[in-house]
Amino acid sequence: MAAYTKSLVVIAAVLVVFAGVPSAQAPATPQRIISLIPSVTEMLFAIGAGPRVVGVGSFDRYPPEVLTRTKVGGLIDPDIERIISLKPDLMVVYATQTDLRTQMDRAHIPIYLYQHSGLPDITTTIRAVGKRVGNERAAEELARQIEDDIAATRRRVAGRPRPRTLLVFGRDPETLRGIYASGGIGFLHDMLEAAGATNVFADVKGQSIQATSEVILARAPDVILEIGIDTASSPGRNLRAWDSLASVPAVRMHRIYQVRGDEMMNPGPRVARAIQRMAEALHPQVSDK
Amino acid sequence: MSIRQRIALTWLGFGAGAIAVCLGAPLVGSTSIDFSRVFDTSIPFADNIDAQIFFVARLPRVMAGAMVGSALAASGVIFQALLRNALATPFTLGVSAGAALGAILALTFDLPSGIAGFSAVPIASFAGALGAVAIVYALARARRQGLSTNVLLLAGVTLNSFFSALIIFVQFLADQTQTFRTVRWLMGDLDVSSYAPMIAAIPPIALSFAAFAVLPRSLNLLSISDESAASRGVDVHRTQRLAFLSASLATGAAVSLGGPVGFIGIVVPHLVRLLVGADHRLVLPASALGGAAFLVACDTVSRTALSPLEIPVGVLTAIIGGPFFLWLLIRSR
Repeated sequence: MAAYTKSLVVIAAVLVVFAGVPSAQAPATPQRIISLIPSVTEMLFAIGAGPRVVGVGSFDRYPPEVLTRTKVGGLIDPDIERIISLKPDLMVVYATQTDLRTQMDRAHIPIYLYQHSGLPDITTTIRAVGKRVGNERAAEELARQIEDDIAATRRRVAGRPRPRTLLVFGRDPETLRGIYASGGIGFLHDMLEAAGATNVFADVKGQSIQATSEVILARAPDVILEIGIDTASSPGRNLRAWDSLASVPAVRMHRIYQVRGDEMMNPGPRVARAIQRMAEALHPQVSDK
Repeated sequence: MSIRQRIALTWLGFGAGAIAVCLGAPLVGSTSIDFSRVFDTSIPFADNIDAQIFFVARLPRVMAGAMVGSALAASGVIFQALLRNALATPFTLGVSAGAALGAILALTFDLPSGIAGFSAVPIASFAGALGAVAIVYALARARRQGLSTNVLLLAGVTLNSFFSALIIFVQFLADQTQTFRTVRWLMGDLDVSSYAPMIAAIPPIALSFAAFAVLPRSLNLLSISDESAASRGVDVHRTQRLAFLSASLATGAAVSLGGPVGFIGIVVPHLVRLLVGADHRLVLPASALGGAAFLVACDTVSRTALSPLEIPVGVLTAIIGGPFFLWLLIRSR
């Protein structure tokens, strides 16, 4: 029964988001903002609302100023007491955090519901957040800049051969176990396509897929692009793990690239730069010009 | 039929089944491959996709499944006899929780590379398993000579909860993607994609199986009571020690290879008992062979049913094994 009610709440929440109905009352320009979501925190700072951010999520690392803000938990463990004690007048939460939303409603704290899926959602969110916090113009400029930068990268790679690429965003160190790759849905897939590649898992209806060695051998990608792979283990040994799949063109032609940095997996304001870095790895000729 | 004949028949029947499954499993997969190319030595191996799929992706995976399934099912039999408890599993005494804690520490904190080309995760999980065994063993021996099965059981169950709490604490400290990876590890995964992890797991598993080979007679007597076993000339303490250490070693090696694949250690021994009776001279070899066949079969479904997606094999062993076991249970009564 509880699960049933909960799923109804989730469905209702999704409907609310899609309908674009503002949740709770929308007061004047918020002065004390809390964001639990790294990409939205980054957006707030990028559009000049940073000074009004009083609390951030546990996983927020960028920009460096966030380290001076109070940490109030994350997706699964928001610290309600600390949130309320910060007296926020706007709280950015994941659409799936239904318990937190109920509690915020009870405490009369206005919320902004966040959810993302594809690349276009990033600039849509920037504009919507900008409007909500009263930085509409800066948000519009930022969003347009990102869209222009992405379009520029798209133009630079247009007409070039699009390598069939496996985009890996997680794997056990130094082995080919636990490989997670981008499926055909979501911002990682969109970023890869914008950077001038064809996703080998474009047909997979999901944001991620656990790729077994058989599937990778069968799909035979021309390029393997690894992003956000942990850095502690030695990169050379980590790369050599792929050698056992010798028939994969990417392995044979030594076209396995590792692009590090947390912006690679963050659907925030640095996404255009991330796409550019992907494009430079995929099309080395482009960056020379 | 004499017991010798029944033993021979059991080996023959279950052996044939296990061999059939292990030979058949590499023939199917998420992709169809051309078997005339697989064994065509005129094509360089590096260019031969069909041969690579067969020898790099499928064969190690089937072998890993056979090793893990066999070790877990046989360990289940040993633990059920040792603890005189039909509900005992290879994971009852904290071995798998210790292994999981090791693996999760390695995954979360990205421990530096392992020894001699083996990656950190299996090494850490094997170390965790051995650590758990050492603690439980020391506790069970602390107050008396030999092993107290009661203390063994209570210490194991407590250690299980303790390690589980530590696992949750580590997950809490980790970020979301790492947490997801550790949860996935707990469901079991046999996609080893090289032979190295298996070569590492062979010595401990072989050593355990050598011990299993001398145990069945003593286990038959021990599963009645310590006294009756002792009166028939069984060295109870030595048998308990050998049973506990060998089954723990096999479990630790199996978990570090394929993750804590659930259900095999309990469902396979009971299935086998329904078929061959309770004599450990029959149950032990039949479970070892049946466990191999069962896990390889489940893993074949796991990698083909929703391809290119993969169903976690630990989920399948329970989904397939549970109802089948219940059906057999009702039918045999």
